[in-house]
Amino acid sequence: MKTRPLAAGVSAVLLAATLAACSSGDADSGGAGVTLTYWASNQGASLDNDKEILTPELEKFTAKTGIKVKLEVVPWSDLTNNTLAAAVSGQGPDVVNIGNTNAVTFQSTGAFYKFDDAALTKLGGKDHFVGTAFATSGKPGEPPTSLPLYSQVYALYYNKKQFADAGLQPPTTWEEMVSAAQKLTKPDQNKWGVVIPGATVNASMHFSYIFSEQNGGSAFDASGKPTFTSQGMIDGVRQYVDLMSRDKVVNPSSAQFAEVAQAAGEFARGNAAMYFAQTSGINTLAQNGMKPDEYGIVPIPAPAGKTKIGSFVAGSNISIFKNTKHLDEAIEFVKFMTSDEEQAILNKAYKSLPAVQGVESAISDEPEKTEAFEKVLAEQAKPLPLIPGIQAFQASVGSAVVGLIAKAATGSQVSEADIRAALEKAQQKMASAPK
Amino acid sequence: MSVTLPKRPARRLRLVRSQHKAPAPAPRKWFTWRRSTPYLLILPAIALELLIHVIPMVVGIWMSFVELTQFFITNWGEAPFAGLDNYDVALDFSGPLGVQLLESFGRTLVFTLLVVGISFTFGMSAALALQRFRRGRGLLRTLFLIPYALPAYAGIITWKFVLQRDNGLLNELLTTLHISDERAFWLIGGNAFVSLVIVSIWQQWPFAFLMTMAGMQVITEDVYEAAAIDGANTWQQIRHITFGMMRPVNATLLLLLFLWTFREFNTPFVLFGATPPDSANLMTMHIYNSSFISWNFGLGSAMSVLLMLFLVLVAGLWALWNRKVTRNA
Repeated sequence: MKTRPLAAGVSAVLLAATLAACSSGDADSGGAGVTLTYWASNQGASLDNDKEILTPELEKFTAKTGIKVKLEVVPWSDLTNNTLAAAVSGQGPDVVNIGNTNAVTFQSTGAFYKFDDAALTKLGGKDHFVGTAFATSGKPGEPPTSLPLYSQVYALYYNKKQFADAGLQPPTTWEEMVSAAQKLTKPDQNKWGVVIPGATVNASMHFSYIFSEQNGGSAFDASGKPTFTSQGMIDGVRQYVDLMSRDKVVNPSSAQFAEVAQAAGEFARGNAAMYFAQTSGINTLAQNGMKPDEYGIVPIPAPAGKTKIGSFVAGSNISIFKNTKHLDEAIEFVKFMTSDEEQAILNKAYKSLPAVQGVESAISDEPEKTEAFEKVLAEQAKPLPLIPGIQAFQASVGSAVVGLIAKAATGSQVSEADIRAALEKAQQKMASAPK
Repeated sequence: MSVTLPKRPARRLRLVRSQHKAPAPAPRKWFTWRRSTPYLLILPAIALELLIHVIPMVVGIWMSFVELTQFFITNWGEAPFAGLDNYDVALDFSGPLGVQLLESFGRTLVFTLLVVGISFTFGMSAALALQRFRRGRGLLRTLFLIPYALPAYAGIITWKFVLQRDNGLLNELLTTLHISDERAFWLIGGNAFVSLVIVSIWQQWPFAFLMTMAGMQVITEDVYEAAAIDGANTWQQIRHITFGMMRPVNATLLLLLFLWTFREFNTPFVLFGATPPDSANLMTMHIYNSSFISWNFGLGSAMSVLLMLFLVLVAGLWALWNRKVTRNA
């Protein structure tokens, strides 16, 4: 008889404990012992690579200010949804990295701290940042909710030895690139001209955007309405899908590559002679055992006579959650991350372009590589539209193109009508997205 | 009866004695351990049930009536009331989103019927076989239950490796045995549906096996013996005795399998990632994508509520049918 009340009492206590555990966030004591939680994006070759690069810098910050930083490196495949979940619940990290593509989308949620003029002055002012990078920080005319940290652009990486053996020159037009790729494709030896991350949604959107811009297409009209079925957009997507469907220079297996790193691995192993990657590809390839002198870099070529666009201004920005209990410390941390010294160290390690003025880019020891990237950034990069629906654009067009690549890989010819239908469907999905 | 009767007064006597010993309880004491214990014991269950099921469900229903887009996700209270707009979009079968929902509903129905039908047949056959052949039964039973005991994610990820195009076990087997010279894709294109069905059956059928086996063990040998004496052959015994007596078990089992399979999310999500191929775009995946592509959680919730209503309808029809069956039996 005695055990019954006891059991009831125990379960009541357990319940109380569970509920208490649910409701109590970890409240810091405040003051010098403040710990910031920082979600870093995956800039390096792996999550561990990121930890190796960031940890000593964060320790430096703690030594300087007494503020501790709890680091979590979040893979790109999770970062957007995790940040969204943190925004919805109001329970998240203090500081977070976001892909600059999503900057305006996240700005529109109102979950992030607005860097007003006073805060910007504390960080060195607007002019402290590189103009093209700062332009990705939010909607023009509104206080930005993110600040640029690492800037990147796309380029074409090619295997120097394979090109030399075949007597080929690095391509300057899309046609030259395709013909070189066809010469280097030998399916029976598992050698392919180009490798693409075929199942990666965000990269598929990047390529659709770049190639559409080459063909004079635009994803959105002046009023911000999606125009995915414009001829230029269709031609751009077709140019990309044709690499696998018509030109047959891409291994169909890459239709299952859901991570950009898988494509980098194929290129590093010499199974593909070319691949499209951002500046950070230099670091990824080094981690995969490919030496810098084994590959060259040129701007992604456009079809002859078309617009020479080879990239957009890609990169990662840093944001502070509005709900943070440690705003001053968080601003202090952003100041540290955007300081000249840290910008030089981190962008060198990650092989990205510094987002602040006056810091030399050190992505490569070879001047021709650095010059190639700087040329793309200065002359051939067109910024993505700064509209709240940009995340929906990435998700809908990106997955449409992933589907088209899958179709090409499983042996079907991808016709213009297929591309139009897929883009039409993507555009219809936008109808339910906020304007 | 004659044995139990004399015991009763004795117990009552003991009770009376113990009441005499204890100090007389206050006439209207609002809390006594004796009266409260049952409630205290179910309190954690009720609280967790509310927390995990009921409250999220109510919130979900509320969400389906508001315009919960990216502009309001940090402050839900400000999201404007949308009335039935979200339902209008989801159910407008002349509009693109409605058509896509209808397509994925049809696909999910076919998927569910295949998975439930085949899992049930497998489970039943295995249980029948093990009922008849007793040698090595324990070993086989353990073997059959492995998929059910494995953590779902680990199992599905293993399948994902097996189904890879270049280095997957399945293609290796098919090419080594010269069944196929071409390495097929199993995780994209039309084959993805086949893979999804196979992996789901692999996961579901041990449960069907477990339940049918338990159901069969309740039927006593006597019934079979009596039937045998009356001249019933094995098939007649299975049909009239095993199936007949297992009807309530099977009915419940089929309902559970249907409900679980129809709202399956883990398998396609782990197998294909967030963007499944069209052929494997089940309704739950479609809802997930509709919510996360456009960040329009009101619309996603409306679709979820529709899915829930459909499952409630199925369960309700089942209950009606089941009542009729029991009454007629």
